[in-house]
Amino acid sequence: MREGMFRNPSGCAISGIFSKSGERFTGERIIDSITVMHDRSNGLGGGFAAYGIYPEYKDYYAFHIFYDNKSVKDTTEKFLEEHFDIINLSKIPTRKMKSITDEPLIWRYFVTPLHTKLASSQLDEREFVAKCVFKVNTRIDGAYIFSSGKNMGVFKAVGFPEDVGRFYRLEDYAGYCFTAHGRYPTNTPGWWGGAHPFALLDYSVVHNGEISSYDANRRSIEMYGYKCTLQTDTEVITYIIDYLHRKIGLTLKEICSVIAAPFWSTIERKPEEERAELEYLRNTFSSQLITGPFSILVGFEGGLMALNDRLKLRSMVVGEKDSTVYIASEEAAIRVIQQDLDKVWAPKGGEGVIVTLDGGNI
Amino acid sequence: MPVNYLYPEYEIVRNYDRCIVCRACERQCANEAHEYLEDKNKMVCDDAKCVNCHRCVSLCPTRALKIVKSDHTFKENGNWTKKIINEVYKQAGSGGVLLSSMGNPEHYPVYFDKILLNASQVTNPPIDPLREPMETKVFLGAKPAKIERDENGKLKRNTPPHLTLSMPIMFSAMSYGSISYNAHESLARAAKELGILYNTGEGGLHEDFAQYGENTIVQVASGRFGVHTTYLNTGAAVEIKMGQGAKPGIGGHLPGTKIVGDVSKTRMIPEGSDSISPAPHHDIYSIEDLRQLVYSLKEATAYTKPVIVKIAAVHNISAIASGIARSGADIISIDGFRGGTGAAPTRIRDNVGIPIELALASVDKRLRDEGIRDNVSIVVGGSIRSSADIVKAVALGADCVYIGTSALLAIGCHLCRSCQTGKCNWGIATQREDLVKRLNPNIGYKRLVNLMTAWQHEIKEMMGGMGINSIESLRGNRLMLRGVGLNEKELEILGINHAGE
Repeated sequence: MREGMFRNPSGCAISGIFSKSGERFTGERIIDSITVMHDRSNGLGGGFAAYGIYPEYKDYYAFHIFYDNKSVKDTTEKFLEEHFDIINLSKIPTRKMKSITDEPLIWRYFVTPLHTKLASSQLDEREFVAKCVFKVNTRIDGAYIFSSGKNMGVFKAVGFPEDVGRFYRLEDYAGYCFTAHGRYPTNTPGWWGGAHPFALLDYSVVHNGEISSYDANRRSIEMYGYKCTLQTDTEVITYIIDYLHRKIGLTLKEICSVIAAPFWSTIERKPEEERAELEYLRNTFSSQLITGPFSILVGFEGGLMALNDRLKLRSMVVGEKDSTVYIASEEAAIRVIQQDLDKVWAPKGGEGVIVTLDGGNI
Repeated sequence: MPVNYLYPEYEIVRNYDRCIVCRACERQCANEAHEYLEDKNKMVCDDAKCVNCHRCVSLCPTRALKIVKSDHTFKENGNWTKKIINEVYKQAGSGGVLLSSMGNPEHYPVYFDKILLNASQVTNPPIDPLREPMETKVFLGAKPAKIERDENGKLKRNTPPHLTLSMPIMFSAMSYGSISYNAHESLARAAKELGILYNTGEGGLHEDFAQYGENTIVQVASGRFGVHTTYLNTGAAVEIKMGQGAKPGIGGHLPGTKIVGDVSKTRMIPEGSDSISPAPHHDIYSIEDLRQLVYSLKEATAYTKPVIVKIAAVHNISAIASGIARSGADIISIDGFRGGTGAAPTRIRDNVGIPIELALASVDKRLRDEGIRDNVSIVVGGSIRSSADIVKAVALGADCVYIGTSALLAIGCHLCRSCQTGKCNWGIATQREDLVKRLNPNIGYKRLVNLMTAWQHEIKEMMGGMGINSIESLRGNRLMLRGVGLNEKELEILGINHAGE
């Protein structure tokens, strides 16, 4: 049995740290934060997304890949060589730990699309890369690209998140944003690819919840060329965000109004202009509405978005200290790394919290 | 020849201890099944004339009447049933085509009854509609192909013309003529109060009902009866009727006896003339012709109204629907083989077409596979019997349903399936003034509002149980469905898992 062969809902813990000034800090803090929420995971999956960690390769797509064996690695590398210029490749450094077992081969590649291939595909660069990622993940059995953005990386495994962080030596990485996820799946075959965050290009999603709109969302997003191979909520949410943001061109604020749309009774009370816009979004993107409990952290290049479902059926707290923003399932997970907060609040259901680097744009 | 005598299927049983000879039954029965014997001061009846519509039963003040199935029988035969034998006798006597009304009553599988719904337990919470908002509002029509922004970056409102409904239900096409003025008034007023739509069918729009235009779908069928520019522009949407579930492949037929007074005026045909719509539209012999009619109607309505194309569920439905979705239509309406009718040849009604559940599942899948599901909304009918059927239809992929029979039941229909006689004792499928006035539209419309309100409550309860608080998250959400007692092929077509999986 493998992830993707059955529907796999799960409960979870999430945490995120974002430095608006762009000041880089190491992965140690996020491990400390997620450790506090140990009881919200059950040891069947943990992971991290880190932004700003590869400044020396910031113009290249960083592929993190799981391989089941050496021959799959060879097949995949052949495919990569046909489509990309590989600038650098290496094993991702890990630390042997008793609690982390059954590790696959874990490799990292910094790549850029081959000009000729890109031109003949008639796709824009990001779409080309996304298509290649889908190809590897769906056609090469035993290979799985779990991270594919620029200047960012996902690190995940089966285990408790704090152990996963140490396994990947996150203390050796420094970035301006980290997110973390501890998983509590109701059933899992214990496949590493099924752990979170789930990522495509520079979008990464950590998610706590079990959405009830799953199959409506899945069937609609698959119509736009995505393939949901994992049957997890996080996967479909990631694709929806990628579709609405990158392909359709909605702003993140607009995306919040689509996936956690305000209720009609709320919309009716808005001024005419806003009402018309909200109705337009709900009508046009009705299949991308997500119902059921969720709290998500969406990482992207230069920013972080936090969002709760429309009824706020999952806990999520935001804290601020100077130019750093902390977001976590529980306030305790923030306090443990920053006791002294300027501000702390629980965003309302459907109220997106979007933070970006100072001077940057979304 | 004595073989022409058929023993009645039903018998009227009168309890003479209770009968007070008030003669109400006699007055109520348009089929004249009851008779008063003056010399004996006694009521008698002729079972052969009874259609089993329960009018007399419902109005008998002493509850002296009931209708029972006759136990008169031929020698039992699993192959040559009573029904079949009787039909042979009838046709041998008349030389005519057998006529029937309402939907296919035969024992084909009802897939809705073999599908079960999900509910939340532990891992995510059910949502209580008494305490939280629960939304059933739907839009019907094409979605914009892409977003556009003005110079300030604001989203332009580029949505093609669409319909907005308070719940995913509409009253399906039933013409003025096939049903009465009072029935139409009940439907129109209920649609307005509920924030949904009703459909004129192929009978034109009585001028009195123009005021309900925002809640009216005006139909253009192959006979083009009652169609003119004002008519098209009065409705909120225009429906091209290509076919009907009860009689795929043939046109409509309203007997001249029903073409009286305002019915004749509204249809724009002479009184007493049979109103016969041809089987095909004579300007549509292929899909490219349909496109021309779609755009002719859009031109006539200045591109302000969505165009619906209604088709009967037939074998090749998904390919047909795919063609329609590329023809400029905004909404596809599919009518299943159990759909009702005021009159249809029995053999057609009982043997042509396919179940709506399978047609819907297959169309929704095909349109998604081809990436054109956003071009159109899907409305299904024939037959939707309850709120549970609606929830299942939406989860299979429908945007909305059409209900006809259940709406008529709400205003008094007892499903006696004799509409074609024009002697409806409940004032619905008749144009006889004395019968029409039996249906009080003030009560009729209220009962329709009640039924829809009740169903909306039930839809909300079922959605809430699944942890879904807006209907669009149910649409196409087939994981919420499980089959029971279905074979692999059926499950595959429906796109659902078996219970226990």
